[in-house]
Amino acid sequence: MTEGKEFAVATEGLTKRFKQQVAVDTIDLLVPRGAVYGFLGPNGSGKTTTIRMLLGLIRPTSGHHHLLGKAMPHNAGQVLPLVGSLVEGPAFHPYLTARSNLQRLDSVDRHADPRTTKARVAGALDRVGLLAAADKKYRAYSLGMRQRLAIAATLLAPRELLVLDEPTNGLDPQGTREVRHLIGSLADDGATVLVSSHLLSEVEQVCSHIGVMHVGRLLTQGPIAEVRAVSAPRARVETDRPADAARVLRALGLTDVVVESGVVVGTLGTLVPDKVVASLVHEGVPVAGFAVAQPSLEDLFVSLTGEGFNVSG
Amino acid sequence: MSAAELAASPAARPLRHVSTRFLRSELRLIFGRRRNQAGLGILAVVPIIIAIAVKVSTPRSGHAPDFFASITSNGLFVALSALSIEMGLFLPLAIGTIAGDSVAGEANIGTLRYLFAVPVHRTRLLAVKFAAISIFSLVATVWVSLVGAVAGLALFGGGQMTLLSGTQIGMGPAVVRVVMATVYLAVCFASLGAIGLFISTLTEQPIGATIAVVILNVMSFILDSIPQLSWLHEWLPTHWWMSFGDFLRDPIAWGDLTRGLLTAAGYALVFWLAAWARFSDKDVTG
Repeated sequence: MTEGKEFAVATEGLTKRFKQQVAVDTIDLLVPRGAVYGFLGPNGSGKTTTIRMLLGLIRPTSGHHHLLGKAMPHNAGQVLPLVGSLVEGPAFHPYLTARSNLQRLDSVDRHADPRTTKARVAGALDRVGLLAAADKKYRAYSLGMRQRLAIAATLLAPRELLVLDEPTNGLDPQGTREVRHLIGSLADDGATVLVSSHLLSEVEQVCSHIGVMHVGRLLTQGPIAEVRAVSAPRARVETDRPADAARVLRALGLTDVVVESGVVVGTLGTLVPDKVVASLVHEGVPVAGFAVAQPSLEDLFVSLTGEGFNVSG
Repeated sequence: MSAAELAASPAARPLRHVSTRFLRSELRLIFGRRRNQAGLGILAVVPIIIAIAVKVSTPRSGHAPDFFASITSNGLFVALSALSIEMGLFLPLAIGTIAGDSVAGEANIGTLRYLFAVPVHRTRLLAVKFAAISIFSLVATVWVSLVGAVAGLALFGGGQMTLLSGTQIGMGPAVVRVVMATVYLAVCFASLGAIGLFISTLTEQPIGATIAVVILNVMSFILDSIPQLSWLHEWLPTHWWMSFGDFLRDPIAWGDLTRGLLTAAGYALVFWLAAWARFSDKDVTG
């Protein structure tokens, strides 16, 4: 069922066990066609290992997966030409220019038309803003430029699926914005994008779906709105009479009310925020500030794992 | 690339069944690399030194190698002398460098995973890599031979060639004999390259693979020189290399040469298959 056409990536019980450690633990990853799927998790949570399995670079210890509706790695020859990938950072021949490196990659692709290589290479370099530096040796490239070149390599051919492992690594804020924009425009062209990141805020804005990895397990996945709905918005009241404010909030039905030095926070539930302010004023509690905070993905992650977004062993 | 192009059906990209692009790309990588060009330059120095040294030295009797003694009579012998001297270390080192780099080099800088993601089938990768190693082997051997022949003919002239068996042949047939000897050695070195290709799949350190090839090569020569191990000699990868002199007998003594070619083919086949067996289900973590 999961290998149906509607999923660009579908894994079933995918597991990779290295000698001591279970790097990826029976995950069922589902990336719907057309989605921009944010594959999130701290460094060492198993994202890259999962991606390496998806592309057939390493063999799963158990479980199986489909890419674009076809079983992998059996159909790698048919599927991978439709998949552009950036895995574990950029890797090119240091003593070749950026242009020669892309030509090299194109020349090993049996689906590539040699008559259009020049134009496609230039087009891909242009799209990531490297055309002016196309004839510099890769050795002389900065980390940010290398990252862009790796993205350019995924654009040499028309793709149905892009798998981008930490594409914003080493990029400055401007470069990060550009990559986000690029991901958006690729998705607009109809490609499905699976983008991994250990920086939640970076991908939050472009993703339609997210999946959260933690110590080899996929904790949650789905449309971003659904995943977020799990944790409700919280109201935050600044006041010099926190005890009274807390009493009012509880009376209104807010849950998990917490008081900390001049600030009272509570989960809103279905309550309309306006009503909270009105009640506080009505009870004579001075309100110095009021805010409704949608929990960030970071908060969500903490609530899912009980720990911060740090490296997990 | 326009959005329209990206959106175009990927099915519009038909598979090219026969293409030499990958192989040509490999050859560009090998021969375009400064280090390898320098290596070929060093290979060319030896025949030039031989030619000049023989030219300036006063003739004296001694235990010079067979070909050395004949250089003054025909410049082509410089090519054969250079080959016999460089087969001990320089040519195997050159082949070992290219072969050691072939897979381990790509794994080392990480480009291997991107080749597989293109995708390049692992069998195809090993076939193309071995073809490139073999072509390099041919080019390097012919290069040494050619530089030797040119330097030799310039300093000593050509003309009639006195074969090892005493008979004389004309310049044309002499050139053919030298070409045959050169190609024979190129095949021998290519089989060493297959061993190097196998070692290259075992590691992500290209220099380690190169050193291993050179060690194996020297070890083979050492074992070949221990009389007590004579039962082993005919199976050593380098044992039949010196037989290339048999091309200069009249008629050509094909017995050992055939054994040499079969040994080379055997080593190439066994080690290519070993590389394939090792490589076909290997996890690519580099």
